[in-house]
Amino acid sequence: MLRKSQKFASLLVLLAAVGLATSSIASGHGDEKHDNSRVPLPKHSITKGDKCVEPTEVMRKSHMEFILHHRDKTVHQGIRTKQHSLKNCVNCHADPETKSVLGKDGFCESCHTYAAVSIDCFSCHTDKANASKQTMRPIDAIGQKVIAITGGEK
Amino acid sequence: MKKAIHFRMIEGNSLGFVALLAVLGAIIAAGLGATYYMEHNGHWVTGMTNKVIWGTPHVFAVFLIVAASGALNVASIASAFNRVAYKPMARLSALLAITLLVGGLAVLVLDLGRPDRLIVAMTYYNFKSIFAWNIYLYTGFMAIVGIYIWVMMDNSVRQFYKAAGIAAFIWRLALTTGTGSIFGFLVARQAYDAAIMAPMFIIMSFSFGLAIFLLVLMCSMKWTGRPIGDRILNRLKNLQGVFVAAVLYFAVAYHLTNLYATEHHGIERFILLDGGIYTQLFWIGQILIGGIIPLLLLFTPLSRSRGVIALAAVLVILGGLAQMYVIIIGGQAYPLVMFPGMEVSSSFLDGAIAEYSPSLPEVLLGLGGVAIALAATTFALKVLPFLPASLADADVDPHYKEETAEASAEAA
Amino acid sequence: MSVSRRDFMAMGAAATAGAAIAPGIRLIELAQAKSPEEAVTAAQRWGLLIDTNKCNKGCTSCVDACHTENGIDHEQLKGSDATKPQWIRKVEVKDPNTGYEHSLPVMCQHCQEPPCVDVCPTGASFKRADGIVLVDRHICIGCRYCMMACPYKARSFEHEDITGQKEYAPRGKGTVESCTMCVHKVDRGDGTTACAEACAKEGHNAILFGDLNDPKSEIAQTVRSKATRRIREDLNLDNSVRYIGI
Repeated sequence: MLRKSQKFASLLVLLAAVGLATSSIASGHGDEKHDNSRVPLPKHSITKGDKCVEPTEVMRKSHMEFILHHRDKTVHQGIRTKQHSLKNCVNCHADPETKSVLGKDGFCESCHTYAAVSIDCFSCHTDKANASKQTMRPIDAIGQKVIAITGGEK
Repeated sequence: MKKAIHFRMIEGNSLGFVALLAVLGAIIAAGLGATYYMEHNGHWVTGMTNKVIWGTPHVFAVFLIVAASGALNVASIASAFNRVAYKPMARLSALLAITLLVGGLAVLVLDLGRPDRLIVAMTYYNFKSIFAWNIYLYTGFMAIVGIYIWVMMDNSVRQFYKAAGIAAFIWRLALTTGTGSIFGFLVARQAYDAAIMAPMFIIMSFSFGLAIFLLVLMCSMKWTGRPIGDRILNRLKNLQGVFVAAVLYFAVAYHLTNLYATEHHGIERFILLDGGIYTQLFWIGQILIGGIIPLLLLFTPLSRSRGVIALAAVLVILGGLAQMYVIIIGGQAYPLVMFPGMEVSSSFLDGAIAEYSPSLPEVLLGLGGVAIALAATTFALKVLPFLPASLADADVDPHYKEETAEASAEAA
Repeated sequence: MSVSRRDFMAMGAAATAGAAIAPGIRLIELAQAKSPEEAVTAAQRWGLLIDTNKCNKGCTSCVDACHTENGIDHEQLKGSDATKPQWIRKVEVKDPNTGYEHSLPVMCQHCQEPPCVDVCPTGASFKRADGIVLVDRHICIGCRYCMMACPYKARSFEHEDITGQKEYAPRGKGTVESCTMCVHKVDRGDGTTACAEACAKEGHNAILFGDLNDPKSEIAQTVRSKATRRIREDLNLDNSVRYIGI
């Protein structure tokens, strides 16, 4: 149950966040025209899927809005749809090498560094795709043999 | 007819003034450094744990917040209770009320797990929480006392003087009730969960606040070469003595009530008999240093010496800190009683006394809050006329007939 | 609402497999599980029933399982035992008069009148419609007042940086956390918690998870037919965690 004051407050925070983000994106667009800008443009590789859950332009501008809205619904009401969930963002956008959205060329960090907006998500949320599957023990000798025989297929 | 009261800013260019601000600035810097260290590493580098949840920073913070409302006493006596002799000191009293509160709140906020989310604390509210009420009580207090100072300084809004004084007095009672209720409303813990917490905190605020006011007044007047008359100081020290006695009375009432109920025998035994440091702090710190010795100093001929009055005020402050330590940390060190009458043990200290020792960063943060309060006061004395030019008896303490004449003129 | 093609295929496959293997069981599960886009309601009230007669002294399977499930790794942390998170702990209780001893797990008791929710200044401590008490760590400021208010010492403050979180159990420095009654499993329709699962695996079956509002559930039937108690009943907090044998 979201109280009225909370709704109003989230609206305020949202407005501030959106204001900040749009201004930084706007300035980002300005920079793109100058190839010799001192701040290097972020680069990251997206390998999965052909398109995001919303059009790219919408996501650039409003991704934080989607995540914030979804976060409240998930935490307080147990609504766990995939479309705007942070877990889904990370699973899709994690770098295939590092399996993370952070790091110099990580999807989230590279752009946020460029726009000079700090991210507060990953002090609590994992930045790794499919984290629960990755935090298993390192593969032991028996496991190596199994992988050798099966070629890593299940 | 009595002379008008003159207020004068302090010059604030002497070596002593600069040195004082420099020392306070250094303590504030150390406090901020301690905060950075604590927040960067996480609270595990402090003495605080999941068992002793609130530590030394909270002892300082609650002490300062409680003292803040008490520092307003002198102003309230002048305005709400029409005692003209206290009027020259009212501005300093109100100033201290604000600065002490700022110092205390700074400590409280800087100890949060996520101080960066202060904006969240101001935008999301759960109105059943006494903490949420307190956010309004604290900010409201600063606003009301700010207005109160304004009407005292600006003759054009003089007609609101009485109203502002009464509003501030009522608000400070609400504020300390709120602070005491932070503990009074905790049903889970043996040491808290008592309605007496609210009035006890009010009476503690009277005593601690006046002690700080006395010291600041005596120092600032002496260091700027302004006289204080014996009669006015005598009134203040007698008032201080009464408050010290009242704090003792509330301590007795609180513990007697607990001693009567078998379910509280455990916690009482812990605080009064075998709690180690907490027992020592209770008897030696709170009762002896903070209560009995100040009473002896204030109500015997010894009190003719100003040094002795100042010493009594210092002891009241030390005893007050000890009392806060016993209430806040002693109350948490004693285990939660989940299974009354049973012996319990676990990997998480169930049934065992929790260990706690203050860490350096915690102490520095707490002292930083004190320094913030004092530095802000010192600076304010330079920029606005808070301090009276003289508190000599001839200037402020007319004999009885004149006082009543003045009071009725005031009321008219 | 939209379901991606992959999700749809997966759902279809699961439904087919379920129907093929054990139609009866699958039907019951489908009746319990909510779809992801549905909000939780007060129609359910999740609870635990702990039979201390079946709980073994020295066994910490429930604690270990909780830690594994929620990514709590005491080895990784630098602080003392008193600063490390304790979502669930084994408590040994002994009656000094009779010498009778028993052992029981204590976790968040998921009170329906939770003191932690009352005192939280920002509303970060909250009770879900289905009775699960949680911390919304997005708006937790780390004041720890809830920990002062909890009669069960069920909450832990995160005293240091954490890495290696599970994607369904976000946890981080500077906020307060506690047992979530494996809310991610509940929402997924697992019908159990990590601790209950582990206890059953050990063969003790001391922890029973279920819907107290569903008269047909095992937990509802048991609490109706046996004497159960809550810890600190004097506070009248209407806990969703009940005990037999305390």
